[in-house]
Amino acid sequence: MSSVRHTNTESRLVRGLLIALALGFLFLFLGLPLLAVFSEAFKQGFGPYWQALGEPDTLSAVGLTILIALLVLPLNVLFGLAAAWAIAKFDFRGKSLLTTLIDLPFAVSPVVAGLLFILIFGRQGWLGPWLSAHDIKIIFALPGMVIATMFITVPYIARELIPLMQAQGKDEEEAAVSLGASGWQMFWRVSLPNIKWGLLYGVILANARAMGEFGAVSVVSGHIRGETNTLPLHVEILYNEYNSVGAFAAASVLALLALVTLVAKTFVEWRMQKETDMLNAELPPEKAPATAASLQSAPQGGGGELGAARRFPERTQS
Amino acid sequence: MSIEVKNITKRFGSFTALDNISLEIPTGELVALLGPSGCGKTTLLRIIAGMESADAGAVFFHGEEATHVHTRERQVGFVFQHYALFRHMSVFENVAFGLRVKPRAERPSEAEIRERVMKLLNLVQLDWLAERYPSQLSGGQRQRIALARALAVEPKVLLLDEPFGALDTQVRKELRRWLRRLHDEMHIASVFVTHDQEEALEVADRVVVMNKGRIEQIGTPDEVYSAPASPFVYRFLGNVNVFRNRVHGQWAEVDRAPEGARDEALAFVRPHDIEILREAVAGGLAARIQHVQAIGPLVRVEVDHRGEVFEVELTRERHEQLALQGGETVWIRPRSLRVFQGEQLLPAQHFDLGAGI
Repeated sequence: MSSVRHTNTESRLVRGLLIALALGFLFLFLGLPLLAVFSEAFKQGFGPYWQALGEPDTLSAVGLTILIALLVLPLNVLFGLAAAWAIAKFDFRGKSLLTTLIDLPFAVSPVVAGLLFILIFGRQGWLGPWLSAHDIKIIFALPGMVIATMFITVPYIARELIPLMQAQGKDEEEAAVSLGASGWQMFWRVSLPNIKWGLLYGVILANARAMGEFGAVSVVSGHIRGETNTLPLHVEILYNEYNSVGAFAAASVLALLALVTLVAKTFVEWRMQKETDMLNAELPPEKAPATAASLQSAPQGGGGELGAARRFPERTQS
Repeated sequence: MSIEVKNITKRFGSFTALDNISLEIPTGELVALLGPSGCGKTTLLRIIAGMESADAGAVFFHGEEATHVHTRERQVGFVFQHYALFRHMSVFENVAFGLRVKPRAERPSEAEIRERVMKLLNLVQLDWLAERYPSQLSGGQRQRIALARALAVEPKVLLLDEPFGALDTQVRKELRRWLRRLHDEMHIASVFVTHDQEEALEVADRVVVMNKGRIEQIGTPDEVYSAPASPFVYRFLGNVNVFRNRVHGQWAEVDRAPEGARDEALAFVRPHDIEILREAVAGGLAARIQHVQAIGPLVRVEVDHRGEVFEVELTRERHEQLALQGGETVWIRPRSLRVFQGEQLLPAQHFDLGAGI
């Protein structure tokens, strides 16, 4: 028996080792830090924790983080939908270039991205003189932080939608149009419902990234307390000031956000899996038309009457 | 409503999908576009539907030019090979879709929509599935719902792209007859695309045989089967034996070969148009029986004439009369044949065929 099992599975020892390794790794790099965040935050009890969270600067950082996410996500949804639609449903020159460019933010270091925007919009930047002449502030202000966050989070939604829309093809949209639907009707009634879970999944990932972004935002924010500090930036400042309860209290909010994201992501994944399963489910057995009396009177071909004469492979001589 | 297609040409890059296609389909006719994959039949259907635009040529609906009319306004019912049902809508909502997206002024009331949808579901005999979702239906049921959905907007033209291509043989046969009956009740022009010659011959009023972006022949199922206009049609619609060296004084005489034609004139004969005889006759070829196999109502006999194998189909009665044995020598002679030189059908005088039996 055991020799049979050994031929196609690893030995118990190897399996145990691999599982222990994976779990140990997870605990070391995810479990422990999470524990550390909360234990540091609550080190002096609930009172100081709540007090640290109630600090006006912390509250304003939370508010700014949410505000940025609220501004960035709708723009990202728009861009993601447009890009995924173009790539999945149209053929055009430069399509593969667009596909590659969407991934660019994954490849560029966030700090470099931040510096790029300083180069463009900063006081010494290309558009700097024009912007200051018109009294428009982008760098060290909200617009700059929104732009930087957008840049970082742009791939998430498009990446999620492209394969989904490619797999679904154009048939349903074409059917809708042939039935008289306008472009809007087709989008709202057919396209959007088909991709809603994929879209939500992308939004959740983009949101987590937007709220947690540090590098690019750090470069363009200017770290003005109570004004241009997002939560991750605020954590760093507090930590540098040796205010460990404050820093970890703020960090715990981010950690909580991560946990919520994880749960939401799992739920959406489960929904998406369910829909895929439904689509791939085996067809129920074919039933003859229910009132097929008239049809049954017609000769029921036993695969013979027409088939015999014409089904053979063609044979020609020359 | 009649459909007319005039001089349609369509290219994809360097590939010519449709090469100067012209076709007329009167109201009430059910037409099959038949051809191998890649022959352009689906492209032609999509151009008629307005889902694809032609590089040149025009489409007319009931005599009015519709070449640049948007699909939305063409009032065509389109049925897709893979059904394209709206997966997140119930069967009822799928069928109701075309009514719900109508402009407010034309949109029927909720009660009317309900009535019309149920009527259509009755028509396709699936009213008991109204609340199900497409994923809960079998392939044949899905295709019938797709038809009901297309019919809900009372289309002037019904277009079907390989409508039974994804179904089992038995289901196909049933749906085929059902589609024929449905079409006869609707009095519209219907066009369906298929690569299955049996389907085309059985269902359609007229068959358009296509190959490499061109129309090879248009005719009734009987015409295209018994009087193929080209070697391609001969081969695509059933089996055929090709005899060389039988034209010019043997089986047939060609009046006048086309000038400059280099190809040899060949005689095309269907397997069931070959007679097997026990005695030598004028025009008969001596052949040895290689293989005899009964298939359904027919008996297929393979005979060898000077190293070339030909296929003959006999009725069971004829086969019993002859009592053929493998290895024995018989005489074969065509009852009817057509002569082609290259792609061209030649008018030919037939010698002494079909007599003496």
